[in-house]
Amino acid sequence: MSRSRETKDWIFRLIFKATGLLTIALLVGIFLMLISNSIAFFFDVSLIDFLGGKQWSPDKGGGVYGILPLLASTGLVTLGSMVIAIPLGILTAAYLAEFAPSRLQAILKPLIEVLASIPSVAIGFLGIVLVGPAISNVFGTLSGLNALNGSILLAVMALPTIISVSEDAINAIPKSYREASLALGANQWATLFRVTLPAALPGLIAAVMLGLGRALGETMTVLMATGNAAAMPTSFLDSVRTITATIAIEMGEVPFQTTHYFALFAIAAVLFIITLGINLLGEYLANRLRKYHA
Amino acid sequence: MSQTKLSTQSLNLHFGDKHVLKGINIEIPANKVTALIGPSGCGKSTLLRSFNRMHDLTPEAYIEGKLLLEQLDLYDKKNTVTDIRKRIGMVFQKPNPLPKSIFDNLAYGLKLHKTPKKEIPDMVTKALQESYLWEEVKDELQKPAVQLSGGQQQRLCIARAVVLRPEVILMDEPCSALDPISTKKVEELILSLKDDYTVVIVTHNMQQAQRIADYVAFMYLGEVIEFDECEKIFHQPQHELTRNYIEGTFG
Repeated sequence: MSRSRETKDWIFRLIFKATGLLTIALLVGIFLMLISNSIAFFFDVSLIDFLGGKQWSPDKGGGVYGILPLLASTGLVTLGSMVIAIPLGILTAAYLAEFAPSRLQAILKPLIEVLASIPSVAIGFLGIVLVGPAISNVFGTLSGLNALNGSILLAVMALPTIISVSEDAINAIPKSYREASLALGANQWATLFRVTLPAALPGLIAAVMLGLGRALGETMTVLMATGNAAAMPTSFLDSVRTITATIAIEMGEVPFQTTHYFALFAIAAVLFIITLGINLLGEYLANRLRKYHA
Repeated sequence: MSQTKLSTQSLNLHFGDKHVLKGINIEIPANKVTALIGPSGCGKSTLLRSFNRMHDLTPEAYIEGKLLLEQLDLYDKKNTVTDIRKRIGMVFQKPNPLPKSIFDNLAYGLKLHKTPKKEIPDMVTKALQESYLWEEVKDELQKPAVQLSGGQQQRLCIARAVVLRPEVILMDEPCSALDPISTKKVEELILSLKDDYTVVIVTHNMQQAQRIADYVAFMYLGEVIEFDECEKIFHQPQHELTRNYIEGTFG
C-alpha cells in the first residue's frame, strides 16, 4: 500500500523533472541550431566583415553582409520604445498599485491586459494608418514609416507587460515599508520614489527585461511600420530595417543553403545572444539588489 | 500629574459603520511612559495610530472630536501631517527596517526633513548610541538592515524614530515579535527614553506594563475604562472590568 504511494511520488518527481528539463533542452536546441547553421556562413565571410560591416546588400555581387545597419536599426527602435515605455509603464503601475481608487483599478487592469492581446499585425496597421501620417505631419518628412514609428508601436506592445509585471512587483512590497516611511514624516511622493519603487526594483527590472525582450523580438509590427531600408540610420526619422524584419523579408526568397541563407541564421544568432545577455544582466542586477530584502 | 503632552477630547473614530473609538478623553503626561492595555480589538492600537494620523490613508476612517499635541490641533487642516509625524514618531509591532543599509535607515528621515548633509553622520551615531545599538553595528553601518537580528532591528527602528528628535514616540506592541532577551533590552531602552521623550506604548503583556509604565490606560470595547498611575491600576483598580482583566479572568 504505502509502497505504491511512494512509487507514485517517484513517478511524479520524474514527470516534473522531465518538463523542467524540456525547457532547457528547447533553449539549448535552438541555440545549437542557430550556431550550427551560422558556422557555414563564416566560411564565406569573415567575422570582422560581418560584425564591422556597414552595408547589408546580399544581392550586390557576391553579397555584402555587414550586420551594423540592422543592429543599429534594432537598437534604435528598441531604445526608442524603452524610452517611452519604461517611464510610462512604471508610473502607470505605481498609480494603479498605490493611488488608483479600487473601482478605477478594476476597470483599468483588464483593459491593459486586453492591450496585450492585440495581434502585432493590427498594431502594424495602426502604424501605417495613424502613427505614420502623424509623424510625417509633425516632422514634415516624406514618409512616416521610420524608426520613431516603430518605437512608438513597440512601446504600445511592451507597455502591458511592463505595467502588469511592475504592478505585481509594487504590490508585493510589504505595507510595513510604506508605514515606516510615512511615520517618519515622508509624504506619499517621497515614500513612492525613495522606498516603494527602490524596494520593488528587482521586480521592475524583470518587468523591463520582459518588455525589452518583446520589443527586440517583435517582427511583424516593425516590418510594417519602419520603412525597411537596410541602411545605416542617422536619426529616428530614418527608415530602418531591424534584424527580425530582415529575416522575415529575406527568408522566403533566399535559395536554400547559400551564403545568404546562412547569413540569416548568423544574424538570428546575434539577436539570440543579445537577448540572452540582456536577460542574464537583468537577472544579475536583480539578484544583487535582493540582499537588502528580508 | 505632570504637564500634559497629548490629549483627546471626546474622540470618536469610525471605520465605515463600525464605531471603534467611543468618546475618548485622555490626557497623556509629558516625559512619562503611558501604557495602553486591554483585550484584543478594544481599540488601543487604533487610538495610538490616531495620534500620528496613520488613519489618513484609510478612506473609510472617520474621526470626530479633538486630538491635541500640547496646544496643537493634530487634525486641523492648517497643520501638515508630515510635520506632525516628525514631532510624533512611531515604532511598529513587527520590526520594519527599510530595505536600505543601517546608516540609510536613520539618514532617510533626516534627509526628508532637510537636515544639512554634514550633520547627518553625527546625528546617526548619537541616535544609535542612545538606542544601545552602536556597539553592535558601528563597524557595519553599510550592511543591509534586514541582516540584523529581530531585536536589533527593533532597536534600529527606535533609533530611526529617535534620530528625528520627536517629542512623542508611539510604540505599538514593540516587543511582541521579540525573544525575552531582546525584549529586556528594548524595555531598558524605553525606560531611558522617557527623560527626553513622551512614550505611549500599546502592550498585551501585563508584566511589561508594570515594569515600564508610569501611567496605564485600560481600554475595553472602544472606551477608556480607567486611566491612572500604574501602581493604582494594578493594585487598587477602581473598576471591576479592570480588575478582572489584570487578574486574567478575561482578555
